[in-house]
Amino acid sequence: MLSFPIYLDNNATTPMDPRVLEAMLPYFNSKFGNAASRNHAFGWTAEEAVDYAREQVAKLINANPKEIIFTSGATEADNLAIKGVYEMYARKGNHIITVNTEHKAVLDSCKHIEKMGGEVTYLSPNEDGLINLSDLEAAITPKTILISIMYGNNEIGVLQPIEDISAIARKHNVLLHTDATQAVGKVPVDVNAQNIDLMSFTAHKMYGPKGVGALYVRRKNPRVKVTSQLDGGGHERGMRSGTLNVPGIVGFGKACEISMNEMAEEAEKLSKMRDRLESELLHIEESYVNGNTDHRLPHVANISFKHVEGEGLMMGIKDLAVSSGSACTSASLEPSYVLKNLGLDDDLAHSSLRFGLGRYTTDEEIDFAINHVKTAVHKLRDMSPLWEMFKEGIDLKSVEWQEH
Amino acid sequence: MAYSEKVIDHYSNPRNIGTLNKEESNVGTGLVGAPECGDVMRLQIQVNEESGIIEDAKFKTFGCGSAIASSSLATEWLKGKTVQEAMEIDNMAIVEELALPPVKIHCSVLAEDAIKTAINDYRTKQGLEAIV
Repeated sequence: MLSFPIYLDNNATTPMDPRVLEAMLPYFNSKFGNAASRNHAFGWTAEEAVDYAREQVAKLINANPKEIIFTSGATEADNLAIKGVYEMYARKGNHIITVNTEHKAVLDSCKHIEKMGGEVTYLSPNEDGLINLSDLEAAITPKTILISIMYGNNEIGVLQPIEDISAIARKHNVLLHTDATQAVGKVPVDVNAQNIDLMSFTAHKMYGPKGVGALYVRRKNPRVKVTSQLDGGGHERGMRSGTLNVPGIVGFGKACEISMNEMAEEAEKLSKMRDRLESELLHIEESYVNGNTDHRLPHVANISFKHVEGEGLMMGIKDLAVSSGSACTSASLEPSYVLKNLGLDDDLAHSSLRFGLGRYTTDEEIDFAINHVKTAVHKLRDMSPLWEMFKEGIDLKSVEWQEH
Repeated sequence: MAYSEKVIDHYSNPRNIGTLNKEESNVGTGLVGAPECGDVMRLQIQVNEESGIIEDAKFKTFGCGSAIASSSLATEWLKGKTVQEAMEIDNMAIVEELALPPVKIHCSVLAEDAIKTAINDYRTKQGLEAIV
C-alpha cells in the first residue's frame, strides 16, 4: 500500500528510525539531568548517556570519543570549523581554499572570513562535480591554513577524492575540513585512514533527530584546535559552550550505531533502487544525469529533463516529495548555484530533480515514481513551446528571447 | 507554496493547448519570455478578418503552474473578444482571477505581453501599425 506523497527527499532530512526514538525517550523526562551537573545522580546519568553516545558516534568514523564536539547540527559545525580555525591559526596565515559547490554553511562562513580580512579561494569543479587536484594544489600558498571540501555533495551526491585531497593537505601542512553531512552513515568514512582533520556531520540526515550534530576535531598528528564561537560554560573541551542536548545526543549515538551495523546492506539496496530509477528515467528523451556517476553517494540521483520547467514539473509530480534545482518559488529566479557551477545552462538547471532515497524507500515506491515522472514530463512537453521548437529542429540558442 | 484551486485546475486541465499555423495571415503569434528565466509563453490568436473577432486561441507554455494557468486563462478570455477588446486585458485581472501571490505576478505580466505581442503580430500581417 502506497501512502502519498512518497518521500524521496532524504538529502533534505530523513525520518527518525523508531529505534532511535525509543532510545531518546527516557532522556526527556525520567532521565532529564544536565550532563554538566557533577553533584548528583541526575547529572551522572545524563553524563553517562552522553559518554556512551560519544563512543557510538566516534566509532562510526573511527575517531577517538574525545575528538567529538557536539553541536546543534552541521551548519554550526561548519561555522565552528572555518571561523574557529581562522581565528586559532591567525598567526600562521589567513587563506582558506574551498569549492563553489559547497553547502551555504561553508560558503557563507568563508564570506564572513573575507569580511574579516581573510582570503578565500573558491575552486570550480569539473563538469561532473569533481574537483581538479592540480587546481587545489596550485591554490595553496604559504598563507593557507585550511582546505574545506565537502565529502559528498548534497545536490548531486558526488563524492570528492578525499584521500587524494588530504594527501595534498598533509604535504603542504594545511588542515583539511570536510563537510560530510551527506556521507556519514551512508558510506564508510574513516577520519584516520583518510587523514581528515576536521569533519562536520549531523544526526537528522542519518535517521536521527534534528538539532544535533558534531564537529570531529583531530587530537593527534596534528593536534587541531579551534577557537570557540559560543562563549559560556566551557563545555565540549571549551570549544562549544552550552548545555548538552542529551536526548538529541543519545539519538545521534543510536543512529550512528544503527548505520554502522546496517550501512553496507542498506547502501547496496539503495544503489540498486537508485540505478533502476535512474536508468528508467533516462529512457525519457533528452534527460541527463548531473554529476559523476562513478563516485557518488548510493542513494542520490539528480536528473535534468530538457525543455520542461522544474517548478511546473514539481507540480505535476505532486505525489512525490523531491527537490528541484529551480528556485522559482523564491523571489529570485536563479536556479541552483551548484548545478550552475558545474557549467549547466540555466534551463537545464531549472529543469532538474533531485531524488534522495532512504532507509524506508520501497521498490513499489520507485515503480510509482518512475511512472509519475514519465507522465508529468510528457504532459509538460506536450504543452512546452520549447519542446515543439526543439522537435522542429530550431536551435533554441539562436532564438532572440524577449527577456522580461 | 500552496497554489490556488483555479491555478491547479488550469494546470491539470489546461484549456486550448496547441499550435495554429503561424504563416496564416489571420493568425497572430506572441512568443515571450526566455528559457533561462524559467518561463516561455507562446500565445496565438486566429482572427476573423471581417468581424475582427478572435475565433480561436491556443497556447503552449514552458514554466511553472502559475505561468501555465495564466496563459490557459488568457486563451479562454481571448476567444470571442474583438482584437480591440483583447488589448484591454490587464495583467492584474489575471492576478485576481487566479489569486496569484506576489512572487507570481510576473507570470500574469508575461501573459499580458504574450497577448499584446500576438495582436501586434496579427496587426503587422494585416498591414496595420503595431500598438504599444
